Amino acid sequence: MSLNWDFIVEVIPIYRSAIILTIRIAIIGVVLSIIVGAVCSLINYYKVRGLNLLVRAYIELSRNTPLVIQLFFLYYGLPKLGIMLSNEACAILGLTFLGGSYMAESLRSGLEAVSRVQVELGLSIGLNTFQLIRFVIFPQAMSIAMPALGANCIFLIKETSVVSIIALRDLMSVTKELIGMYYNTTESLMLLVVCYLLLLLPVSFLLIFVERRLRYAEFGV
Amino acid sequence: MPNSGFNVLLSVNNLRRLALGLCGTLEIAMISVVISVVLGVFYGLLMTKKNRFIYVLCRVYLDAFRIVPILVWLFLLFFGSAIVFHTDLDGVTVSVIIFSMWGTAEMGDIVRGTVSSIPTHQWQSAQALGLTQWQVHRFVIIPQALRRIAPSAINLITRMVKTTSLVVFVGVTEILRVGKQIIEFNMMKNPMASFWIYGFIFFVYFLICYPISKFSKKLEKKWSY
Repeated sequence: MSLNWDFIVEVIPIYRSAIILTIRIAIIGVVLSIIVGAVCSLINYYKVRGLNLLVRAYIELSRNTPLVIQLFFLYYGLPKLGIMLSNEACAILGLTFLGGSYMAESLRSGLEAVSRVQVELGLSIGLNTFQLIRFVIFPQAMSIAMPALGANCIFLIKETSVVSIIALRDLMSVTKELIGMYYNTTESLMLLVVCYLLLLLPVSFLLIFVERRLRYAEFGV
Repeated sequence: MPNSGFNVLLSVNNLRRLALGLCGTLEIAMISVVISVVLGVFYGLLMTKKNRFIYVLCRVYLDAFRIVPILVWLFLLFFGSAIVFHTDLDGVTVSVIIFSMWGTAEMGDIVRGTVSSIPTHQWQSAQALGLTQWQVHRFVIIPQALRRIAPSAINLITRMVKTTSLVVFVGVTEILRVGKQIIEFNMMKNPMASFWIYGFIFFVYFLICYPISKFSKKLEKKWSY
């Protein structure tokens, strides 16, 4: 089984544009997920009346349905109600809808792990709510939640592999297309795996490093 | 109801077809879960052995499934089987093999984590009481391990049910594909069909996964010390 190197060189630009698309969707999706997750977890933590129940419902709904189904609904179902979104916007929205709840759960467990004493001490030295979150709760919660947040990032990047279902030219659809057109199955599959490893291995090493750094913030356990 | 399109869901025939599609996916999920649980226990126990070589090997296997998306694995076996094994595997077989391999890795990690989390003094006190090796396992270790494994293992079931929605990529006729067929069939009569059908599928997945994950959360609360 020898590889057709000419073919590999020829299709590398196609894979490059596909991997850029994946990276773009993943980065925007992860950042938005963290924002949504942070807002949701704070609502849950402070038990904001009215919103709290809504957030719980959202979290359960999004955690218990697969991304493929969510994307199908967003891309093929919603236009019937007059909500038209481009496929890339759909992918980002779907990823955020899914990721937001995972991030919220991880952040919430971090927030809840910060001991009551810390909050009371903060209040007793006269911090206001914002200062309390910024200087006392947040740093400690982050160091506890970091491993879970990192795992969520990897999970979300992996989940982007399904976006070809809504006609985006990502790594999966490019691979399928090349296999169908040229029958160079070995080369196409190899490039697919290499691309995903290039994407995910650095992220997972980075997360191990960040996790180790944040251990220093752990306090009074 | 003129043109609201909801009546597409009221047709018995359509519902029956969707249910059949769903059963196909669930069947793949259930077979994979059973295989994963059985193999995963052995895999997990293997990982707790002190042998460095075995541990590294198991670790590489686990990380291979953690790093590379499941969909990529499905593609690898689906398109690659013809080259490597010179046979053509159909989508269902490919899915069951890949989901079982992935589930075994995940289940194994759960078992490993649990068995190594049981404190040494539990073993030692049991032995100090004069229990035999078998009794230590039967009355002390297994009951504690089971309680810690159950919540995450049940959670793994929901993850597997959710992940089996990927089988649509390898050409298995499942609920999404059936939904698409119904929508295309009703295209002229009923342009709103896609909203209701995909909304319905979304809801069905929720109805399956929600009780299971709720159950796992309940067990976790009940059995945590």
